Parts: sequence; structure tokens; C-alpha cells
Amino acid sequence: MAFVPYRPIPLALAISLGAAVWALVIGGWMLLTYGGRVPEMFLPAPGKVLMTAGRLIADGSLLMHTAASAQVVLVGFVISSVVAVPLGLYMGTYKAVQAALDPLVNFIRYLPVTSFVPLFILWIGIGIEQRVSVIIFGTFFQQLVMIADAARSVPRDLVNAAYTLGTKRSTTVRHIVFPASLPAVLDILRVTVGWAWTYLVVAELVAAKSGLGYISLKAMRGFQVDIIFLAIAMIGILGLITDQGFRLLRRLVAPWAA
Amino acid sequence: MTQSADITVSNVTLRYGSGPKTVLALDGLSLEVKPNEFAVIVGPSGCGKSSLLYLIAGLEDRTGGSITVGGAPVDGPGPDRGMVFQSYTLFPWLTVAQNVAYGPRRRGLAEDERNRLVTHYLGEVGLAGFADHYPAQLSGGMKQRVAIARALANDPAVLLMDEPFGALDSQTRHSMQRLLLRVWDHSQKTVLFVTHDIEEAILLADRVFVMSGRPGQIRKVLTVDFPRPRLGDIVLDPAFIAMKREIMGLLRTDEDDDH
Repeated sequence: MAFVPYRPIPLALAISLGAAVWALVIGGWMLLTYGGRVPEMFLPAPGKVLMTAGRLIADGSLLMHTAASAQVVLVGFVISSVVAVPLGLYMGTYKAVQAALDPLVNFIRYLPVTSFVPLFILWIGIGIEQRVSVIIFGTFFQQLVMIADAARSVPRDLVNAAYTLGTKRSTTVRHIVFPASLPAVLDILRVTVGWAWTYLVVAELVAAKSGLGYISLKAMRGFQVDIIFLAIAMIGILGLITDQGFRLLRRLVAPWAA
Repeated sequence: MTQSADITVSNVTLRYGSGPKTVLALDGLSLEVKPNEFAVIVGPSGCGKSSLLYLIAGLEDRTGGSITVGGAPVDGPGPDRGMVFQSYTLFPWLTVAQNVAYGPRRRGLAEDERNRLVTHYLGEVGLAGFADHYPAQLSGGMKQRVAIARALANDPAVLLMDEPFGALDSQTRHSMQRLLLRVWDHSQKTVLFVTHDIEEAILLADRVFVMSGRPGQIRKVLTVDFPRPRLGDIVLDPAFIAMKREIMGLLRTDEDDDH
């Protein structure tokens, strides 16, 4: 029953399956650590990570570093999205905008962001602006291309219908292309915010005085693997929260596209 | 209400592409549709009948000739020419009521006037109870009924219909044809309706324009004078069958030309 292609499964079964895989991973982890198969220096036991979490929550440092990282991601991601969404919609709608931007964007899109980190440090220094720049550079061009694609795939007859109902060509993006692509745009933002977190850690590993990437690097030098685990787990949890946030947002602003 | 207008197409040519790959879709086509008339174009697939409708709507640019609607030359799309498409073109982000109110909203009508139009036209197409549904929640036939209401609520001078029932099952198609005739009877708009279904053409039309294969031209114009309302068993009437046979013959000549 559960293995018929595309057939929905009961909610209870879905939840149990998800929980079972988690239990397997954590069980394996416990087996390796409490079973003494891997030295604690390389792989801390779950209990140890939880205790470290308690300690760092109590002294406020975990919250401080998490907030520092979240701030960088938020600022970089918002700046990138605010420009990429409208520009991408125009790029997908007007061939002239596409012809102008496509060659440059497709060139930059394939440059590894990491290779620009030294350049940004040289130009901007090691302040928050540097990390924000890395995130913008990493997400903006990807967002632009994907959003232009979404705008391009708006059915032509939807736009034609709008014309025959009195929509002017100059307001087509606002009245038709934007609402028609909105569900796709929200999905693109949901995916790219995950990439923003990846670039954040890259930026923080190289040059930062706070943030989850920074405490990971410091912990590596002191062989505090439990703190590295904790930092990774925090990023995972924040990713999960943003992901659910975007899902909720999509249901709220685009209830028609279930 | 806007006066319903005539449609005059004279010597219209449509050519796609350039150089040796050029395709002549329409070759000096002329036709006239009178005010309030229900005109139907039938033709083999690929004859350019849909293209002709897009040209009249101003959604495509003709290569040559002239088109006027109500005496005004066609230059680009405008709300005076409402259109119902073969594909479903309701705006998925708007409710049924908001879809119907879209044109009046663009024209800047006040909200209570828009609401009056929505109530009236949703009633006309029998969907009064679905005002707050989204298009995704409707069946194909219901979507096309809303599309008709949306086009009419904008009070166009002519209504262009591009095989609007082509994707529907035959049961739904028959009830849609009856509904369209009733709505047309109330609104008295000029309708230009494109189909490849001969029976549908005779059932609906005051006059049927039979097109030839590519390059498209009008092969023959037939006046259909069966009394309205044309009820279900009219399709069994010998005169109906004779006309059906005549149109089939005209279309078949064309297939023979191809081979």
C-alpha cells in the first residue's frame, strides 16, 4: 500500500517514517560514541553536546553568536531579494532587459563565491559589510536567473486575456506577471535562503569575530568538537525554521496555489 | 451598454518568418460580421482561423490589409474586443468574483457598480454560488463559463471566441452551447466564434464562414436560418444534415488539395 507510485500515505505513517530515520541516525551516533568505537576527541556523545548547549545557552554566548549570524544572513538576503525579484521579473518579461543582462549574469553566476572572499576582505575589510557582501554575491545572481525563468513561464494567453480586458502593456508586470509568478518566486526565495546560510559560514570561517562559523573555527583549534556540532545543529534548526516560515508565507499570500 | 459593433476584415495577409522559411498563413482574407450577428468560422486545423481572431483582437500584427471594429481601425489589443480563449485563462490568484470584476476595475468603475456586474454576469452563467472560489477549484466547463462572464462584464463591442469549448467533454460542450446562446440572446453582442466542430458551427451561427486550408481564405459563406432556440433534436433535421454534409464537402475538397 505504501509503495504505490505517487499515492498519498496517512499522516501518522508519514510522521513515523520521518521519526524513524532520525532515530536511526541518533541511534547510530549513540552506538559509535557510548559504545566507545570512536574517540570523543573526534565525535562527542549526544549527551556531551546537550550539556555544552546548556552551558552556552546559560552564559548567553550561543544566542549572541546565533543572532550575529542570523543578522548577517537576514540583511544580505533581504538586500539581494529586494533587487532580484523586480529585476528578475522584468528580465523574464522584456527581451531587451534579458539581452542586456543575460551574458553578464551567466558569467558571474558560475564564478565560485569563495574566490571573491579575499577580494572582499581587501576592499571592504572584515566587518559585517564583508560577510553581507559575500551573501549578496552568492544569492543575487542565482535568484535573478531563477526569477526571470518564473516570469518567462507565465502562460502567454494569460497576458493576452489581460490585454483584451483593458490591461495596459506598461502595467503588465505589476498586474499579471508579478501575481502569476508569486508562488514560484516564494519557492525560489525559500531555496536560496538556504544557500545564503552556506555562504555565511564560508564568510565567517575566514573573517569574523562573532557568529556560528567563527565559534566553529575557534572550537576546531581547541579540539572542542561538541561546539562544532552545536553550531552545525543551530544552522540546521534555523534553516528548518526559515523553511517553514516561507511555507507559511506562501500559504498566506498565495492561498490559491495550494 | 456599449452598442454592439460590426467587424470588417479586408484583404488581410499574415506571413510568419522571413526569407525562404516564410509561411503564408492568411492570403488576402476578407469578411464582414454585422452588428449583433453570431458568426462562426470553421476550417481545417492549421488554416489560420485562430490567427485571424488574434489579429482582430490586436494580439498579433497583420502583414497586410485592414481590420476595423465598429468603424475604428484595429491597432493593438483593447477592451472593446473581449475574447474567450481555448486554454483556461482565468487569473489563478483572483477569486471568481474578482476575475469577473477585473475589466471593470481596470476601467475604474466604483466598487458597488463592479459588484452589480459580478452578480449579474455570474447569475447569467449560473455560477452565483461560486463567487468566492478560486479557479483551481472549478471544473473546465465552469472555468469557461467564468471566462464568458468576465469578457461580457467588461462590456465589449464584440466578443471573440477561440474554440472555447474544444477541451470539454461532449456533454459539457452541449450545455455550454445552450448557455452561450442564452447569454448572447440577452446581451446581443456581435460574436465571432472559431471552431473545427461543424455541428457546433451550425447550431450556433447566423452565418458560417468556411475557410480553406493554408493559406487561409474564406471558401464559402452559408446563412443558417433554422429558427432559434435550436433544440437538441435539430441535429437530426434533414436540412441540418444537408448543411453539415455541404460543409464537410467543402472541408474535404481542401484535404484533397493537400495530397
